[in-house]
Amino acid sequence: METKKAIISVTNLVKKYDDFVAVQGLSFEVYENEIFGLLGPNGAGKTTTLEIIETLREKTSGEIIVDGFSVDKHAQSIKKIIGVQLQAAGYYPNLNLIELLELFAGLYGADVKPMEMLEKVNLQDKAKAKYKALSGGQKQRFSIATTLINQPKIIFLDEPTTGLDPQARRNLWDLITEIRDAGTTVVITTHYMDEAEQLCDRVAFVERGQIIALDTPDNLIDKLVNSGFERKKEVKKANLEDVFINLTGKEWRE
Amino acid sequence: MNTGNSNSPLGAGGYSNTKATLALAKASFRSIIRSPSAVVFTLAFPLIFILVFGFLGGGGTHIDVGITPGSDMKNPVIGMLEKTGMIRLVKNKSKTDYDKLLEKGNVDAMIDVHRKVNSVAYSVNVVYTSASMDKGNILKSVLNNLFYDKNLKPSVAEIKESTVQGREYKTIDFILPGQLGFSLLSTGVFGTAFVFLSLRQTLVIKRFFATPVKRSSIVIGEGIARIGFALIGALFIILIGHFFFEFTLVHGALTVVNMLILATLGVIVFMGFGFIISGVAKNESMVPPISNIVTLPQFLLSGTFFSIEAFPTWLQPISRALPLTYLNDAMRKVAFEGMGLWDVKFQIMILLLWGIGIYAVAVKVFKWE
Repeated sequence: METKKAIISVTNLVKKYDDFVAVQGLSFEVYENEIFGLLGPNGAGKTTTLEIIETLREKTSGEIIVDGFSVDKHAQSIKKIIGVQLQAAGYYPNLNLIELLELFAGLYGADVKPMEMLEKVNLQDKAKAKYKALSGGQKQRFSIATTLINQPKIIFLDEPTTGLDPQARRNLWDLITEIRDAGTTVVITTHYMDEAEQLCDRVAFVERGQIIALDTPDNLIDKLVNSGFERKKEVKKANLEDVFINLTGKEWRE
Repeated sequence: MNTGNSNSPLGAGGYSNTKATLALAKASFRSIIRSPSAVVFTLAFPLIFILVFGFLGGGGTHIDVGITPGSDMKNPVIGMLEKTGMIRLVKNKSKTDYDKLLEKGNVDAMIDVHRKVNSVAYSVNVVYTSASMDKGNILKSVLNNLFYDKNLKPSVAEIKESTVQGREYKTIDFILPGQLGFSLLSTGVFGTAFVFLSLRQTLVIKRFFATPVKRSSIVIGEGIARIGFALIGALFIILIGHFFFEFTLVHGALTVVNMLILATLGVIVFMGFGFIISGVAKNESMVPPISNIVTLPQFLLSGTFFSIEAFPTWLQPISRALPLTYLNDAMRKVAFEGMGLWDVKFQIMILLLWGIGIYAVAVKVFKWE
């Protein structure tokens, strides 16, 4: 395996709330220009970890370096080089997509053409629409557009495909892959393992605030198979989602 | 994607807080003018009240009659006047005070009763004001009735009448500043409370925090938009009042500018209530009741519709504690009496004190997330 440069390094991250420990001693690195998946059940500490890296939450202890900047001392510098998509975040009310992008351009101090940003996520037809009027998939694509405004080195996507139909999900995978191919590092959380397997270069499994496995999806699967694991049902050459896509087509529905 | 991100983010170009603040102000302003409730509270309500009162005219009639200092008090005329119910006697003020009140039409007439020299009969001297001619005429007929009253007639020898020149004080001159104050109060309180609560709840603010924007930019940007909107609303109300209902602007444009400066101060103070409410309210449905607790008493007790002097004496100290009372007062003095801002420094000072108090609380209870 070639040596890769770490763009995010998390060392012994701990986050305690009053009565419980959400993150207990997490350490991992995210390499430049990869899609890194944080996987794990709800409440495992994925979102908390992401938000601490994104400088939105204080950590209890540990060290986090993002592209050479420490979250303790240079939070402001980190904000300038990252793009953040929050789970379930809304947007300023009563504004259309173009106006929202203008607002974010101002917030980032970036000089961008809103229409070009919309083209990147294939939403140019919705330029005058309100965020609320968008479908689930469109909302996620718009959120991703707002993360790209400052030409970030890293973007964070927190469950971007939750609640989307299979077409919208695949469409989003293509978009995320394109963003990675254009040179941006992507950190993503998801509950869909097929998605992580297809999309992520490496994944980390988080359980009760700790990392219990971290490798490429291929290696993790091989390891399990080598340990003698067998699926109860024989694997067929296609699954039900393939049937769904085959029957309903790949076209993007709104 | 281009490669502009190879530069250090700390490097050239730099980050402009002003640009971020203005972007927020622009977004917020667009959002406000598209929000029906903001437009209704700031413009429609006050205009409806102005229309109603503008066309309604006087309302409940009573006549304020001042008693000239030195006048004989133990005479039957004043006693009879007091009994008519329609007439309110304004006593124990100095000559200069009375002259001012008379000129503005705050007192509709002055009455001076003297026993005639070497006679049991009284001489009644009445001074009307052109500022309140209609009420003066009512008083005239009341006095005439009294004069022909059988019991009184023997003791009253004559009624001398004259009229001083004053500026006509129309209903609109009272109603408009009150409505303006109410408009500023609702924009400041409701608007600010709703916006910050909903931005917090829908995680819009959290998303902002993931950008390099400062917290102060968020507050100032929102403030600029709201003040801008409130001032446009105020200007609109003043101009409609002036051109359609002959609202008095003593020094024309200068008066308007002074009123807008007062409006700015008022809205900033009232926004403080909004910040507090957005912090205290748990959800959006709690905003209207809490906001009403703040706005309704001021709406009723701060001289929006009636002069606070018309309230029972036990209520007046409450009225005099409310910030809107002082904003209304200052607005009326500036608009109708043509006073400068320095002349209403007392009212401004009280508003500033309220502002300091409110923001001290707001800083404590305001929540970002």
